[in-house]
Amino acid sequence: MLEIKNLHARVTEEGTEILKGVDLTVKDGEVAAIMGPNGSGKSTLSYILAGRDDYEVTEGDILYNGESILEMDPAERAASGVFLAFQYPLEIPGVATMTFLKTAMNAQRKARGEAELMTPDFMRRVKAAAAELKIDAQMLKRPLNVGFSGGEKKRAEILQMALLEPKLCVMDETDSGLDIDALKIVADGVNALRSAERSFLVITHYQRLLDYIVPDTVHVLYKGRIIKSGTKDLALQLENEGYGQIIGEAA
Amino acid sequence: MSVTELRPRTPAETALVQLAEAAGTDEDARRAAIEALRREGLPHRRVEAWHYTDLRGLMGRRLGGDHLIEAVAAREFPQTETVLAPLVPGSTVVDLDAPERASAPDGVTIAATDALADWHESPNHLDRPVDTVRLVNAAFGARAATIAVADRAEVAAPIELRSGIGLQSHAAVKVDVGNGAKAVFIERVEGGGSPAPSSLVSHLAIGDGAEVLWVVDQAKDLDAAHLGQLNVSVGANATFKLFVLNAGGGLVRQEVHAVTAGEGSEIIMRGVNLLQKDQHVDVTTTLRHTHPNTTATETFRNVLMGGHGVFQGMIKVAREAQKTDAKMACNTLLLSEDGDFSAKPELEIFADDVQCGHGATAGEINGEHLFYLMSRGIPAPQAKALLVKAFVDEMVEELEIDEALGEALTAKIDAWLDASH
Ligand SMILES: Nc1ncnc2c1ncn2[C@@H]1O[C@H](COP(=O)(O)OP(=O)(O)O)[C@@H](O)[C@H]1O
Ligand SMILES: [Mg+2]
Repeated sequence: MLEIKNLHARVTEEGTEILKGVDLTVKDGEVAAIMGPNGSGKSTLSYILAGRDDYEVTEGDILYNGESILEMDPAERAASGVFLAFQYPLEIPGVATMTFLKTAMNAQRKARGEAELMTPDFMRRVKAAAAELKIDAQMLKRPLNVGFSGGEKKRAEILQMALLEPKLCVMDETDSGLDIDALKIVADGVNALRSAERSFLVITHYQRLLDYIVPDTVHVLYKGRIIKSGTKDLALQLENEGYGQIIGEAA
Repeated sequence: MSVTELRPRTPAETALVQLAEAAGTDEDARRAAIEALRREGLPHRRVEAWHYTDLRGLMGRRLGGDHLIEAVAAREFPQTETVLAPLVPGSTVVDLDAPERASAPDGVTIAATDALADWHESPNHLDRPVDTVRLVNAAFGARAATIAVADRAEVAAPIELRSGIGLQSHAAVKVDVGNGAKAVFIERVEGGGSPAPSSLVSHLAIGDGAEVLWVVDQAKDLDAAHLGQLNVSVGANATFKLFVLNAGGGLVRQEVHAVTAGEGSEIIMRGVNLLQKDQHVDVTTTLRHTHPNTTATETFRNVLMGGHGVFQGMIKVAREAQKTDAKMACNTLLLSEDGDFSAKPELEIFADDVQCGHGATAGEINGEHLFYLMSRGIPAPQAKALLVKAFVDEMVEELEIDEALGEALTAKIDAWLDASH
């Protein structure tokens, strides 16, 4: 599904290098967790996967289903199945949530040569997905993410993910800002989407989320590199010992 | 004998006077206005209120050469039957050139008068002693139609105000809305193939506790000039909502002069200026708070594909106008390097217990917003269009007006955005 090879990236504007040779492979159907202390480059990696142009890849490549996506813009990547659930979903005043959802779903369908969704079909899908995630219909009448609480924004991201049916789901600290009940709802939503054709990159710095979304592999990102990979036991080890030990070993 | 030193007139000024002379009946009041126009000429950039809109120079470019001849000829254009549908179905349409023909709804009286606009004094203290918009209006012989809404009358359908659409047209209207009444007025300023200048001077007096929504819907042709002025007094505990849409016009000056006429009045002004090509569109507003406990919010949003935009907003708070709460903002989205926008907010506050603020921004589409939309698969052009639309649609939404009117305004904005992208 995803092969990240020796990825180096810097901030386009000021040139600071943030990713310093990331290597990571995620297989079809795999749930890979990326952990690491604040400032390691986790969000940067997620943005680069989604195609944000504030970052510039200086070396290495990202292969998605065997092909490089570096030349694709964010919309093209999304249409081909890449989805990023943002750590901090943006509020977009004036853009109605429903209009946004419909525009996004139909834009992707169009890019894939599929017929547009008609309104009743669209409404049915949104209602069903919102009910799963216990999202109040009133919330969807507001402009996109405007006035949503932190937890509501995170759930809205998962709603978008469920509706857009991506193949590679990158989730950046979806657990932060969620109380335990909301966390369970979100995890159930994610688990329902797990399938042999869909892979997940779950970014978190707490083990807690991984109790609910059990990963196949766990990778530690530190200072722009993957310094250790393992199974879900690695997450437990981090929970017990903190990052210090592993960082020490890698140094 | 007093000797007035006469500056040589520019061709545009001469043309304007000629046009005015040819425009109608010979009578003293109009003669006086024409003489004043001849004497004073048009304001230029050294008049502070016209600094960003050098009317003398700009009118010259609009009215010079062939345009002048066309403009003169415009008087002989056949009066085509206007087939323009009202902005909102079911509106009462008032032709300001023949107001007596309108069928007034219950509680409303509509009449014609002989009165010309009083141009001897300008409501803007940064302007010349004579008021340019009114002067031009009077010189062209625009007689004020009067519309009176009875106390407590609730006029359901909007009243759409029009004047000789498309032709050289100068109109004036005086509207009195009684205490506790409710009404909606739409100034419809449309193009129609003639580059001749037009003007519209409106006076609106809102009674105590009344609620008025006034819409200026300006969509002149890109080679036409238009001067508009709305003067409003807002009674005690009355609400005045204004929406200005400038979606056309080659040279446009739209002035709004609002003053509180009692405690507790509320003023909500929103506007959208859409510019392209080499348009010059100027919105100049003055808000005078002269009574305690009044509020005002004023926001203009501008989208530029080109052209020159101007916003001048003045808030004046008198010494006795304690607890005034007034906010003003002007936000510009520059979608092309060919466009520029000048914003000049001004506060003049003499009361000590007030909340006043203003802000002006100009920039491109927010890159983070664009990335977010694109990351959901919305291609760049479509994502940008969505963001631009959101930026201006918010102005309509914030007014919280009747759905049909809101949709009609949004549709006009969308049509412009679709056509210019
Ligand atoms: N656009 C940017 N400009 C400057 N520095 C940045 C930018 N984005 C990220 N960084 C820096 O890169 C490092 C990694 O940030 P980030 O990817 O957000 O880490 P994480 O998500 O792991 O907490 C931090 O030191 C951060 O300050
Ligand atoms: Mg982060």
